[in-house]
Amino acid sequence: MLSIKNLKVNREGLEILKGISLNIKKGETHVLMGPNGSGKSTLANSLMANPDYEVTSGSIVLNQSDITKLDVSERAKKGLFLAFQYPVEVPGVPLIQFLKLAYTEKTGTSITPGAFLKLINEVAKDLDIKQSLLDRYLNEGFSGGEKKKIEILQMAVLNPEFVILDETDSGLDVTALKTIFKYVNQIKISKNMGVLVVTHYSRILEFLKPDFVHIMKEGKLVKSGGIELAEEIEKDGYKTLVDVN
Amino acid sequence: MKNKVPLKQNTKSGYQYGFSDPEKYEVKFEKGLNEGVVKRISKLKGEPDWMLKIRLEAYKVFLGKKMPNWGGDLSKIDFNNIHYYLKPTPKEQKSWEDVPDDIKNTFNRLGIPEAEKEYLAGVKTQYDSEIVYGSVKKELEDKGVLFMGTDEGLKKYPEIFRQYFGSVIPAADNKFSALNTAVWSGGSFVYVPKGVKVDLPLQAYFRINAKNIGQFERTLIIADEGSFVNYVEGCTAPIYTSDSLHSAVVEIIVKKDARVRYTTIQNWSNNVYNLVTKRAFAYENSVMEWVDGNIGSKLTMKYPSVYLLGEGARGEVLSLAYANSSQHQDTGTKMIHLAPNTSSNVISKSISQGTGRSSYRGIVHIAKNAKNSKSNVECDALLINKNSRTDTYPFIKVNNSSSRVGHEASVSKVNEEQLFYLMSRGLNEEQAKALIVSGFIEPIVKLLPMEYAVELNRLIELEMEGSVG
Repeated sequence: MLSIKNLKVNREGLEILKGISLNIKKGETHVLMGPNGSGKSTLANSLMANPDYEVTSGSIVLNQSDITKLDVSERAKKGLFLAFQYPVEVPGVPLIQFLKLAYTEKTGTSITPGAFLKLINEVAKDLDIKQSLLDRYLNEGFSGGEKKKIEILQMAVLNPEFVILDETDSGLDVTALKTIFKYVNQIKISKNMGVLVVTHYSRILEFLKPDFVHIMKEGKLVKSGGIELAEEIEKDGYKTLVDVN
Repeated sequence: MKNKVPLKQNTKSGYQYGFSDPEKYEVKFEKGLNEGVVKRISKLKGEPDWMLKIRLEAYKVFLGKKMPNWGGDLSKIDFNNIHYYLKPTPKEQKSWEDVPDDIKNTFNRLGIPEAEKEYLAGVKTQYDSEIVYGSVKKELEDKGVLFMGTDEGLKKYPEIFRQYFGSVIPAADNKFSALNTAVWSGGSFVYVPKGVKVDLPLQAYFRINAKNIGQFERTLIIADEGSFVNYVEGCTAPIYTSDSLHSAVVEIIVKKDARVRYTTIQNWSNNVYNLVTKRAFAYENSVMEWVDGNIGSKLTMKYPSVYLLGEGARGEVLSLAYANSSQHQDTGTKMIHLAPNTSSNVISKSISQGTGRSSYRGIVHIAKNAKNSKSNVECDALLINKNSRTDTYPFIKVNNSSSRVGHEASVSKVNEEQLFYLMSRGLNEEQAKALIVSGFIEPIVKLLPMEYAVELNRLIELEMEGSVG
């Protein structure tokens, strides 16, 4: 289980998260929604130990071990994965070379180049990723949609226990959206992965059946419920929901 | 604490093998330089009188020239504390067992083949893959390509030698070219006949009679009309030498329609002053490419140059410098456009780590008659740590209105966003930084022969150790 306990986070001295508590079990899909600036991406980045964000109190516990003090690399090795909202370009670093290194670090096992290519090609096929993209430098010159697909490819190859998808759906056309989220759903089931999806839009719920929906406003979770919550937002927007409090 | 392999030689303790052991020399001159020393070098080599004259003339020029007062700090060089001629004894070889463990480890971690390791450690004076080289040599001979040590070249082909020696870099060019001309020893001599294309890279360490790298190497390459050759020297393993001065001269003549690529990758121990003069004359529609990688040394001053003498000639420099703590890489290029429609392209990438300093110093000169010429210079500097340093000194002079010159310079720090991204996949900070650095230099590395590219990337990983924290 990934357990977030009363987490408070500052950015540049300003408190963004004002006490977030959330439990995500393996095999569960949680959707986190909320208006711009409510702190959704701050939560995603804090869970992954982005050094720009300072945890001032509370804790993050992964499978009974407190990871609040661990750095990003150690968290990744423990099974946490963040699909970035804006995946950064790393010029000159071949995608495959990087991913193979990450795979070796993560699993602690070595893999022959042939076996690794086979593994990647299978995932790429499922995600409808062109072979030529795999031969390029990491995210360099990729379109927005290609970057998002490569995030999911990395996720599938590195086989994490808990994943955070930070607005993976933004900027995707319907075809890509469908391909990506159907695939995420499939992996979630086959690997019994815990998933936290940060999003603006309820349109992804067509492809991803969440167990829980949470609404965030001004650094707090103001409402939690089932899929019906997302449907309400679709209909009425955040205002009515948030005003309830 | 990581088990860090010292890549750099500790100046004080020094590794006690190879050049440092007096018993290992057939001939070893006393320290210091005078006319007698120059004469003895020439005599020992059995050189013709004209070469002795050139040497003595150069020695006078050397005495008359002031030390360069620009670039790096040369004030600690003591010309009287250097042996100007050393000839290793071929019989008295050291065994692999005598090589210190940390050097063996470094070689192992670089993944250098066994035979090469022994050669690099000074255990072997001849490279073991003579069988491999044998077939290459036969092919070269059939095509009429000359590839041999410079001393041998002078003996066997004095006419070619005399015509070109010092024609590109006269002794009086600078204090160190004068010194080299006075006391040179070793280096390579290459002649590629008209229309001959040498497909395989000519590797200096494959040469049959290759000796350990000398202090005052002299290399002369002549590519006749329409020919092609890719000459590769050096290697990424650290070059350990107790001699503190390496001052080479490389002269290249690229005739009409010919193309020469000269690739150097060198990693000097951090007591070495590496002061090298490299220049090419490029004639009509010819192409000269310098690929120059400088790692280590106390101070490197090296500016591979191309004099674009014939219409349509092209000059390229791809330069890579890696300055670790207490090292200064002062590198760059000179592109001198002296004919119409000539072009030059420079890409310089430097990395400064710890207290390391890298400087780009370049000249682009377009003469009045060099109409419709173009030049583009791109310098990118990457700083690894807070106290790392980089500077850029570009000099551009354009004497006509039909030519175009571009200069772009960028300085960047290791990008925190990239670091976080890579580490979020489970890489540690060193691995992530090494990856970013390897990506930064990729445009140059991809031009290297494969084995060099692999070694270079491993070397960068080793250099990056200890860069964190």
